[in-house]
Amino acid sequence: MAELQTIRLHVNGHVHTCSVPPRLHLVDMLRDELGLKGSHLGCEHGVCGACTVEVDGRAVRGCLTLAVQADGKQVRTVEGLADFPDARALQESFIKHNALQCGFCTPGMLLAARELIQHKPDATREEVREWMSGNYCRCTGYHAIVDAVCEVLAQRHQESAA
Amino acid sequence: MKSPEFDYIKVRTIEHALSLLANHGDEARVLAGGQSLLPALNMRLSEPSLLIDIGGIDALRGIQVTQNALRIGALTTHTDIENSALVAQHAPLLKLAVGHIAHRAIRNSGTWGGSIANADPAAEWPCCLLALDGTVIAQGPQGERRIAAADFFTGLYTTELADDEILLACDIPLAQRDDWFGFQELARRHGDYAIAGLAMHLHFAGPVVQSARLSWLGLNSTTLRSRQTEALLVGKPLDAVTLELVAASLREELDPIADLTNTGATKKHLATVLARRLLTQANATRQSVAA
Repeated sequence: MAELQTIRLHVNGHVHTCSVPPRLHLVDMLRDELGLKGSHLGCEHGVCGACTVEVDGRAVRGCLTLAVQADGKQVRTVEGLADFPDARALQESFIKHNALQCGFCTPGMLLAARELIQHKPDATREEVREWMSGNYCRCTGYHAIVDAVCEVLAQRHQESAA
Repeated sequence: MKSPEFDYIKVRTIEHALSLLANHGDEARVLAGGQSLLPALNMRLSEPSLLIDIGGIDALRGIQVTQNALRIGALTTHTDIENSALVAQHAPLLKLAVGHIAHRAIRNSGTWGGSIANADPAAEWPCCLLALDGTVIAQGPQGERRIAAADFFTGLYTTELADDEILLACDIPLAQRDDWFGFQELARRHGDYAIAGLAMHLHFAGPVVQSARLSWLGLNSTTLRSRQTEALLVGKPLDAVTLELVAASLREELDPIADLTNTGATKKHLATVLARRLLTQANATRQSVAA
């Protein structure tokens, strides 16, 4: 049995201290130790994007990050997004455009889209498609998701112009 | 799919990492960004007993210009490279290639050094390092040594790096005025492993090619150059005749291995498509420079 490691990290603004086996993935720790079931597990090898969470302000794969690697870091999950206007705008736009059906991919989509809004506010539709290409959705056919993200980008442009 | 069990040590210094490597031999693996290692563990393709996490060694992170090279530290992420003005200016080939590496969330964690040391035959960075004639800087118990990219990639996931060495950084010669760089790959879905890819570095004297490096990914068990075709390009303008000569030369020179969905013959054809596209682009750029 591998030696447990004690880690201390911020999750959605709260400090947590946990003892974890080294092989535990960040997303499994969030779901099973902290009860944050919003981040989902799909492929578990980095392809589907359902486990996307934010570490120190950047979207990462929760299944390709060890919990021990997040020691000392700021982690944000979909449960912690409601405090942010950009995330709320995305959620509303997803609802308006029917950009989800079963919702399994949505937390990962929101995290990925939020990083896009923050780092590429001038993204074209083509760039949005490329950016979001790391997240699988098996329901919507993607157009509605791209529409929803593009609308939030356009809204923010209007707001900043006003 | 969960990893098998392993022990984990986060090191703060290269010396600590090297002493752990020396003690544990090939039972230990170095963890950088983990974007290739963790999938391999999850799929149980690799079962090390110890992961040595070098992610906390800040000295290995960052991009700087030295006297005659762009130095990229091993822990520099793909996103850092994507966002770097120094890379755009001095190694524009990397800028052209970076968007082809997986997806943003993976580029945020995956590292330059991890990709080079992993030596995946379909990965972008080894192919680019070879096209740019870069140098790998490694440290082992005997100290530092420099290894030319042309000698570094020796086979499938295999490099010149010894078991007790760690990759510190790479040096890339600074782009010159008459250099031209191109990168293209063909993949079924954006961000997937490419079926075939080409990194091209041409140096021009007026309208004619003075030197050429064509570096391929996805064709064989390691990234490789097509030196016969490179030699053929020297002294030639990039007109229709040259394009035909290049395609014929590549058909003779390349010997790609089939993968699950593509035969060697398909890959060979796609390689000529990539070469034509990039040489056409290069020619158009030179024409507009001359005009």
